[in-house]
Amino acid sequence: MSYDAHFRVWRGDAEGGELVDYTVEVNDGEVVLDIIHRLQATQSGDLAVRWNCKAGKCGSCSAEINGMPKLLCMTRMSTFTEDETVTVTPMRAFPVIKDLVTDVSFNYAKARQIPAFAPPDLAPGEYRMQQVDVERSQEFRKCIECFLCQDTCHVVRDHEDNKESFAGPRFFIRAAELDMHPLDTRTDRANFARDDQGIGMCNITKCCTEVCPEHIKITDNAIIPMKERVVDRKYDPLVWLGSKIRRRTG
Amino acid sequence: MSRSGLEQASTGSVPGGVGSPARARIADRTLRTDRWWVQPALTFTLLVIWLLYALVRTVSQRAYFVEQYHYLSPFSSPCLTSSCAPAARDFGTWFGDFPPFVPFGLLVLPFLLGFRLTCYYYRKAYYRSFWLSPPACAVAEPHSKYSGETRFPLIMQNIHRYFFYAAVIVSLINTYDVIRAFRGADGGFGIGLGTIIMLVNVVLLWTYTASCHSCRHLMGGRLKHFSAHPVRYRAWTFISKLNTKHMQLAWTTLGTLMLTDAYIALVASGALSDWRLIN
Amino acid sequence: MAAEVEHFDYDVVIIGAGGAGLRAAIAARESGLRTAIICKSLFGKAHTVMAEGGIAASMGNVNSHDNWQVHFGDTMRGGKFLNSWRMAELHAKEAPDRVWELETYGALFDRTPEGKISQRNFGGHEYPRLAHVGDRTGLELIRTMQQKIVSLQQDDEKESGDPEARLKVFAECTITELLTAEGGAIAGAFGYWRETGRFIRFNAPAIVLATGGIGKSFKVTSNSWEYTGDGHALALRAGSTLINMEFVQFHPTGMVWPPSVKGILVTESVRGDGGVLKNAEGKRFMFDYVPDVFRGQYAETEEEGDRWYTDPDNNKRPPELLPRDEVARAINSEVKAGRGSPHGGVFLDIASRRSAAEIMKRLPSMHHQFKELADVDITAEPMEVGPTCHYVMGGVEVDPDTAAATGVPGLFAAGEVSGGMHGSNRLGGNSLSDLLVFGARAGIGAAEYVKGLGDERPTVDSSVIDAAAAVALAPFEEEGGENPYTLHQEMQQTMNDLVGIIRKAEEIEQALVKLEELKARAVHLTIEGHRQFNPGWHLALDLRNMLAVSECVARAALLRQESRGGHTRDDYPEMDPNWRRKNLVCSLEGSGPSAHVKVVEQPMVPMREDLLALFKRDELKKYLTDDELAQLPERSES
Repeated sequence: MSYDAHFRVWRGDAEGGELVDYTVEVNDGEVVLDIIHRLQATQSGDLAVRWNCKAGKCGSCSAEINGMPKLLCMTRMSTFTEDETVTVTPMRAFPVIKDLVTDVSFNYAKARQIPAFAPPDLAPGEYRMQQVDVERSQEFRKCIECFLCQDTCHVVRDHEDNKESFAGPRFFIRAAELDMHPLDTRTDRANFARDDQGIGMCNITKCCTEVCPEHIKITDNAIIPMKERVVDRKYDPLVWLGSKIRRRTG
Repeated sequence: MSRSGLEQASTGSVPGGVGSPARARIADRTLRTDRWWVQPALTFTLLVIWLLYALVRTVSQRAYFVEQYHYLSPFSSPCLTSSCAPAARDFGTWFGDFPPFVPFGLLVLPFLLGFRLTCYYYRKAYYRSFWLSPPACAVAEPHSKYSGETRFPLIMQNIHRYFFYAAVIVSLINTYDVIRAFRGADGGFGIGLGTIIMLVNVVLLWTYTASCHSCRHLMGGRLKHFSAHPVRYRAWTFISKLNTKHMQLAWTTLGTLMLTDAYIALVASGALSDWRLIN
Repeated sequence: MAAEVEHFDYDVVIIGAGGAGLRAAIAARESGLRTAIICKSLFGKAHTVMAEGGIAASMGNVNSHDNWQVHFGDTMRGGKFLNSWRMAELHAKEAPDRVWELETYGALFDRTPEGKISQRNFGGHEYPRLAHVGDRTGLELIRTMQQKIVSLQQDDEKESGDPEARLKVFAECTITELLTAEGGAIAGAFGYWRETGRFIRFNAPAIVLATGGIGKSFKVTSNSWEYTGDGHALALRAGSTLINMEFVQFHPTGMVWPPSVKGILVTESVRGDGGVLKNAEGKRFMFDYVPDVFRGQYAETEEEGDRWYTDPDNNKRPPELLPRDEVARAINSEVKAGRGSPHGGVFLDIASRRSAAEIMKRLPSMHHQFKELADVDITAEPMEVGPTCHYVMGGVEVDPDTAAATGVPGLFAAGEVSGGMHGSNRLGGNSLSDLLVFGARAGIGAAEYVKGLGDERPTVDSSVIDAAAAVALAPFEEEGGENPYTLHQEMQQTMNDLVGIIRKAEEIEQALVKLEELKARAVHLTIEGHRQFNPGWHLALDLRNMLAVSECVARAALLRQESRGGHTRDDYPEMDPNWRRKNLVCSLEGSGPSAHVKVVEQPMVPMREDLLALFKRDELKKYLTDDELAQLPERSES
């Protein structure tokens, strides 16, 4: 079973670009990435797209399909009707390089700012952790770094000037992962999330969770718990009072 | 928010956002083709209807109590003013007469409103539907500046857990009201449809309160080692399950609150007579 | 005019940012050297993330009988005794330390009730041995090392203000040529930024190849676009040699439908956790395919096989867990005999064997993969699976202890791009441990080599750079040439059909003719557009690597007249002990488009006696020649 679909693909670079129309063959069982590859092989060999595993595990082929941030390899053509126009654009929160490829270096810069895992004073092989204690962090380590959450987050998507002070959902789950790691020895991760990552900028409108291809409950399981941990330290009047008294006597 | 208002938000690019110079030049604020505006429009409409209803009902100071069966509307409980029917003043008379338009439940309503206003679910709902920040995922918001919850007044969202404590107390009061509503016309034990409605409402209120993100954190979420606290881990696991339904519970309890109050109003005003099961 | 070339100086350049590359980088940087990591993709996207099952290491956390000797034995058996025994020995001994080390970087493996790292069963491993995180172990490994590298950069930032002072990642950068000095020693590497198409040159006395495999030469493969045999081809062109290239592993269970995902892997854990293979008649056919060398080690009845999952000490494992080559061939035979599934595979059924909750817990990403890609719910219906090109056992011939490549001073190789460790067939789980063990060794090996050089660093003439630039730009000069995508498809089809899972002399010869034709056509390719992020151009440059590697595979496959592990000859169906004593070594003769692959036989170094003593005489009979057996010292057990 095959039909000709109408595609609109954004072609261009930082200087400018436009949505270009294509008519392209679609076969049973294909995903959007297959169609992009067919365009490359038959109509425009220089159409730039990132991809690696084609199985939703590497998080390379992030783009926007009909306006929604998605992985090209995990969007099946059967989710569209045959007469529907499929519009594919690069992620719109990041600077564009060419066609569907964007400059995601923002994310790598943010990754470098988070203090690394602080190991306990134990010899390798001596680490003991219970399954129930590692499970919460394991959920966040499922992250494939597709950066769709970063792309959809309006804090940076709609406000370029916030990029400096806001780390984004991907790095809030990293913060939560480390804070919940049973053997991490740092105690200042919540403060870091507030002061350096800008977790207060998040207004928990949950788009990150909506677009996550790994179905990580970013908002409920990472951001809100981290906000609550910030409250523990910063906004709990009892704690605040306690720390004032301690400072005075100490 | 009208549909046309939302649609306005979807045309014309945003200079500091998706229209920033280095990004792919696309004029549209969104390329979404689905009916993304339905959800915020619906949320907006329902919340406005509810708020108007609650406002009218609380400032009217009328039809809040059915003395015969001791049905007291949750909007007016606890009733602590001498304006209130003497039989409804279960917790005593703390204030003199209230002037017209002042809700009888004045003492606790701000806490209830505060609990919901700072609730992590409602925040999402009204940021999206009232403030359009953002109206929907990947739809550019109309504001040029954004500082989230880092400044006054929104930094106050951080006190949600204190509203949670208050909500627990209010839920206890509501529970007491339900116990009082197991009352027949003769003053002895009785059950009517009103009792059942109040009971369902209070059970759902408890579930909504317990499913709160702050509650989840306090019960066990703040721990680093679940394995060292098996009881709190069990509590956290249970609340985590409830928590996945926090949105549904938030809406359901708005519905049951309104229903409970409306039923009591209808019975109190004599428009309807309570359907009695026992006595 | 000389091309514009960006220029960097490093002590060690690591090509490839998968498990082996990152581990090598950590080792080199911890040795105090300035290290560059070059990856074709973004940092953290390497194909290692696809590894699902786990990391084999005899920590003995689940079954305390396990130790390095047992692991060594399993590895040799899996590789049909063709392995470099020294590599297999180092691998088995060092794997546990490499896994424990990951925990100090922040890795979070699944746990046993005592809080140790949990270990799971896998094909060919006698005991539960694979440290794992659900079925996304490869992702954990990459992310852990990625984060370790970031932490080393943070240390450098604290110290010098520059996070990239001693360790820098060059993402989306492709190396097209290794630069060698007069005399053959490594002097650097030449390549281009994928993003801009601009050229880049590294001056470095040591290079570690960690480029992975060659799967993109085949049509049905689990490998990503990056697996174009770059490291193999770079080593060949620099004057090094490849061994065991005829051994290509076809993973028995790849997806067969829908067509767009054909070849994508279905983890072996499905079988390790109770999944069984059935043909169209509903029969568990693997019981009919237990080869003689494994008879006695696998269950003979379904009942016994089923009991093994809960009581492995008193029962033999089901034949679904035979080494990969055996299972792949069995599936191939069933399909050929007309007992296949509707889309040309067989059924892999776990739905009828385990509860939905258990499947969701143990195989979450498999459930996700089938649900999203094929709309199949694996908790309710069987999967359709078939063999897919998965791994090349062959690769750069290296010194086991230092990972130094043969023939080229300063060149090192680790991971899939190196050869020897896995012999004729790799066991599942041995790949991730291989990456860690030999990644670390290559990093240290390179560091020691550089320190040994002192200030005497090899250099190259600028004409070499100009020549490399000219080769890279050639596809833009040509007009009216061919489309690289077309050539690539023809090559994949050829390799799949003629040098695939079952081979015979006539077909391999046909393949070689076709490859010669493709080599000639590949000289005249035409690219549209310009140098900025141009996939057509990238493919054109990768194509010559794939062609060189394909030629190695085909020539070696033609020469080896026996069937062993990942090399099955229809015309020589038996395993021949005489062939076990020989490696086939590929080298490149000539240069430029006229270069061709030469394959020669090379005798294997006999196994050290203490290692040989780990096997029973009865077992050795299956692999050793009569002469070798006669020379075995008498032992009490036999």
